[in-house]
Amino acid sequence: MTLAEGTQLVSFGVLTLTTIVAALGVVLLENIVYSAFLLGGVFISIAGMYLLLNADFVAAAQILVYVGAVNVLILFAIMLVNKREPLAPLKNGWIRRGLTALVCFGLFALLGVVSISTPWSVLPEAPNVGDTALRLGQHFFSDFLLPFELASVLLLIAMIGAIVLARREFVTSSAVDGDDNLIFRLPERPREPIAPEPVESK
Amino acid sequence: MESGIDLQGSAIQLLVDLGVPTPIAKVLWLPLPMALMLVVATVGVLIAVWLERKIAAAVQQRYGPEYAGPLGVLQPIADGLKLLFKEDIIPNLADPWLFTIGPAIVVIPVFLSYLIVPFGQNLVVTDLGIGAFLWISLSSITPIGLLMSGYASNNKYALIGGLRAAAQSISYEIPLALSVLAVIMMSNSLSTIDIVNQQANHGILGWNIWRQPVGFIIFWISALAETERLPFDLPEAEEELVAGYQTEYTGMKFALFYLGSYVNLVLSALLFSVFYLGGWSFPVPVDTLANWLGVSPALPWVQVLTASIGITMVLVKTYLLVFIAILLRWTTPRVRIDQLLNLGWKFLLPVALANLLITAALKLAFPVAFGG
Repeated sequence: MTLAEGTQLVSFGVLTLTTIVAALGVVLLENIVYSAFLLGGVFISIAGMYLLLNADFVAAAQILVYVGAVNVLILFAIMLVNKREPLAPLKNGWIRRGLTALVCFGLFALLGVVSISTPWSVLPEAPNVGDTALRLGQHFFSDFLLPFELASVLLLIAMIGAIVLARREFVTSSAVDGDDNLIFRLPERPREPIAPEPVESK
Repeated sequence: MESGIDLQGSAIQLLVDLGVPTPIAKVLWLPLPMALMLVVATVGVLIAVWLERKIAAAVQQRYGPEYAGPLGVLQPIADGLKLLFKEDIIPNLADPWLFTIGPAIVVIPVFLSYLIVPFGQNLVVTDLGIGAFLWISLSSITPIGLLMSGYASNNKYALIGGLRAAAQSISYEIPLALSVLAVIMMSNSLSTIDIVNQQANHGILGWNIWRQPVGFIIFWISALAETERLPFDLPEAEEELVAGYQTEYTGMKFALFYLGSYVNLVLSALLFSVFYLGGWSFPVPVDTLANWLGVSPALPWVQVLTASIGITMVLVKTYLLVFIAILLRWTTPRVRIDQLLNLGWKFLLPVALANLLITAALKLAFPVAFGG
């Protein structure tokens, strides 16, 4: 075994272990903030897997998109809401958990059987594709053009939807009437005051 | 183009000649460039901190550090030693795990990015095919560490500081990436070595700063925002947030944040010099100079001289940019958070997009000048 092979084997083991442990942590931990941070760990471990598969561009894109954008957005959502409310224990909660575990195990078994029974055509040796970014670009603009463009349309739809949802009319009718004691408040979310409210004078 | 000095090949050859088997010689060589880069980054920070103190003093008409070594050059080491010996406090209700991991997540990606910083044709840890993209994707990990330490501190100032830092860093990543993309488009490669080589042909006139007059300004503004330097140091605005996400940190954990911010500043300056100022190239091409003087560029001593000039040029350009950043810090007021976000999303992003499109059009129209 050469040094490179040994390094790859050890990295593969470590990455597998971190992926599985972090993914279990995401699902099983009670604290949602821990789950969000561990999700970042899962994404980074999977980027490491891509690196082992010689897909360096995909690995960097995985970090940029999933860790740098998706995970940060999830964290933002959690921290801006920041409502620490102990959830009331459900009646017969174990039935739900049992059913969930059953369904998940069934899915896992199904995927496992499929991946073992499929006759994968394994190349004896990984071909050297050279500049991965170049090859990806060539494929995106030739044989994968339609999926690529469809994905960008999907992103556009999501963006327009987000803008429509986020746009709110801030000026209420009392502002038009010229009311001096106007308080700008978002209609949907009444805020809980942090400190006791000051006595309103005048 | 000649390859210049091949340190790796020579060092391995030397070890093999000494009787070491070839695989072991390669293993012995492997950690050396990485360790050297760590040392370079750390020493670069010490110099940047000393410059910061001296220039701040000069701006404010003081002397600055004076007693630790000649002109106070040992002051950053004294600072570091002080932080090393301070008590490591974890606040009572803080989350000890996240509180400890946070600073590490902020610092590690910055140091990893030094992998792609070239000081010469072969003077780089590794010439990755995805070089510039690696830097951009690594720098997107940092907000997670900031959010983590802000949340774990259990302090409202820290939380707001962390959220601000993350918001700022996400908003300015996009114009930064778009301005880098214009440079990449001109050099047809993501590798930092290729980007420098593409600028190397006509001396100072070939540098990207002339071909990307808008791009380099966008890059510099975004880099200042990414490194949280004034006028964009909102995450740690003293008057509003005490020290932002660093409020609860002491000792070495605080030192990690401090180190990380300066390493990031020096890294941004290094990459600015690579992307826009021709990296290690001299204002007049060294080969041309050698021809004027009538010496062959292939001579060993000329090659050593060329490499030294290259390293010196990178460092001169970098510290010139660091100087500008420090001068900006001590002369400009801080922007407000709404001004910051407006500048990022409503001004820099459209301008960066337009810059990218114009660069693409010019590349098609004048392939000679814009790397067709």
